Amino acid sequence: MKINVSHIAKLANLSLKEEEKEKFEKQLSSILDYVKKLEEVDTSKVEPTPQVTGLKNITREDQTIPSLSQEEALSNAKNKHNGFFKVKTILEK
Amino acid sequence: MKLNELTITEAREGLKNKKFSSSELTRACLEQIEKHDAKINAFITVCKKQAIEQAKEADKLLSNGAMEQWSNLPLLGIPIALKDLYSTKDIKTTAGSKVLKDYSPVYDATVVKKLKDAGAVIIGKTNLDAWAHGSSGENSDFGPTKNPWNQEYVPGGSSSGSAAALAADMYLAATGTDTGGSIRLPASFCNLVGLKPTYGRVSRYGIIAMASSLDSIGHLAKTVEDSALLLNITAGNDVFDATTPKKPVPDYQKGLQKGIKELKIGIPKEYLQTGLDEKVKENFEDTKRILSRLGANLIEVSLPHTEYAIACYYIIQPAEVSSNLERYDGIRFGNDRSFFTDEAKRRIMLGTFTLSAGYYEAYYKKAMQVRTLIKKDFEDAFVKVDALIAPVSPTPSWKLGEKVDDPLKMYLSDVFTVTANLAGIPALAVPSGFINGLPVGIQILGPQFSEELLFQVGFAYEQATEWYKRKAILNL
Repeated sequence: MKINVSHIAKLANLSLKEEEKEKFEKQLSSILDYVKKLEEVDTSKVEPTPQVTGLKNITREDQTIPSLSQEEALSNAKNKHNGFFKVKTILEK
Repeated sequence: MKLNELTITEAREGLKNKKFSSSELTRACLEQIEKHDAKINAFITVCKKQAIEQAKEADKLLSNGAMEQWSNLPLLGIPIALKDLYSTKDIKTTAGSKVLKDYSPVYDATVVKKLKDAGAVIIGKTNLDAWAHGSSGENSDFGPTKNPWNQEYVPGGSSSGSAAALAADMYLAATGTDTGGSIRLPASFCNLVGLKPTYGRVSRYGIIAMASSLDSIGHLAKTVEDSALLLNITAGNDVFDATTPKKPVPDYQKGLQKGIKELKIGIPKEYLQTGLDEKVKENFEDTKRILSRLGANLIEVSLPHTEYAIACYYIIQPAEVSSNLERYDGIRFGNDRSFFTDEAKRRIMLGTFTLSAGYYEAYYKKAMQVRTLIKKDFEDAFVKVDALIAPVSPTPSWKLGEKVDDPLKMYLSDVFTVTANLAGIPALAVPSGFINGLPVGIQILGPQFSEELLFQVGFAYEQATEWYKRKAILNL
């Protein structure tokens, strides 16, 4: 299985150096070849298991409880402005 | 015996009878850290000042007649450590990654709160493979942890620091996380007891997520009795984690002494076929003999989909990793994505690939279907037997550096542990002896929410073998 590392890195918002691309392509391809094993298993009549203990629709009372203050929520941000997170421009004018 | 070498149960006895104070006990642990951690590299943060203060508080309670609440404070004055994946209010929490090297959470994880409420002294935060991605501890961005039994060898990962420092008697117990073996593998490589509870038995709230359908929150202890004591504290429903059921929490220490006469214990034959080290096989034969002697009926069982477990796991886990690590964009906290190192990048890309348009059905959905079959294998086995035993790892610990360039080879060391995570069942790793001076362990597996039974079997085996009494010799 060949994997287009540059495309995947872009989707995952990772920037890779040229030499890294080659290394990762080789390593990821060998892992994908290995997991191909699953094709041997007939799963045509098998349901997937997304929640292993079978719990469903767990809800709690919709009540407000004390939460973080604005100051606390911002305390680890490297860039902030007037009590907001400051981010880079996403949409050009 | 030095104070830092005590088990929790022994230390509690000593504190109760005023043989020593929590301050003395905590100081003995801190001295051990100062003496040896430069070599072992088990800690990312040592909370010396806070620990000394917490110990003083505990001593105050002890002298002011906290005896009345003694049973409500099962860890009063006991120094423990937390894997650095557990959020701790105002204490740096890195996940072993430079992405979070300056991150200080503004709240405590539910388990951290429970441990503090039980009176624990938090002595520090332990090293791990970054984001808990690894089987050896070598993927930490803060340098690899060494195995105290032989410093040329890995301690096992990803709860590498938690295990290594406990084996080096730097505290009395530590927390860990187990997504595919990350508690059981280091426990077995360091001669410790490691519990991976049933999925959802212990709250994940505030613990940095790896793969959300697999993550189990457990701990490492010196003995089975201590492990049961810790689960009494950590288990239970949490409104902040919807996967924790409202099932009652039994007293896990209660049934320890029941013994294992007439219990039906299954031996999964697939675990003893290809790839098992000869010496590990011999060690496992010894274990079988001991369990028979203790009165258990050993029965061979089959878990036919075992050979697909690693492939299944290495689709599900990276897919969920890629989704959980999306949030690290350097905006709200932490550094940006250029700080991710190789193993995280590999898993993010693998997951991004298998979840990308056109591949979901062939990979993630397929793996979730195979997961159903693996789970069913266990359910079928537990109709015939009460519990299963198997080696934790097909080999003893390996040398630092031996597998770092071959990710697939590293992944395959989890071949016996990932199945419990896929099936959501609990597993208890218990020491089973030594191979060329390196510890190995067995794991006891049971149906979902059968932790009491695992402790019962583990305790009987431990008392018959007493491997936990052996201590690593640390040279300065």
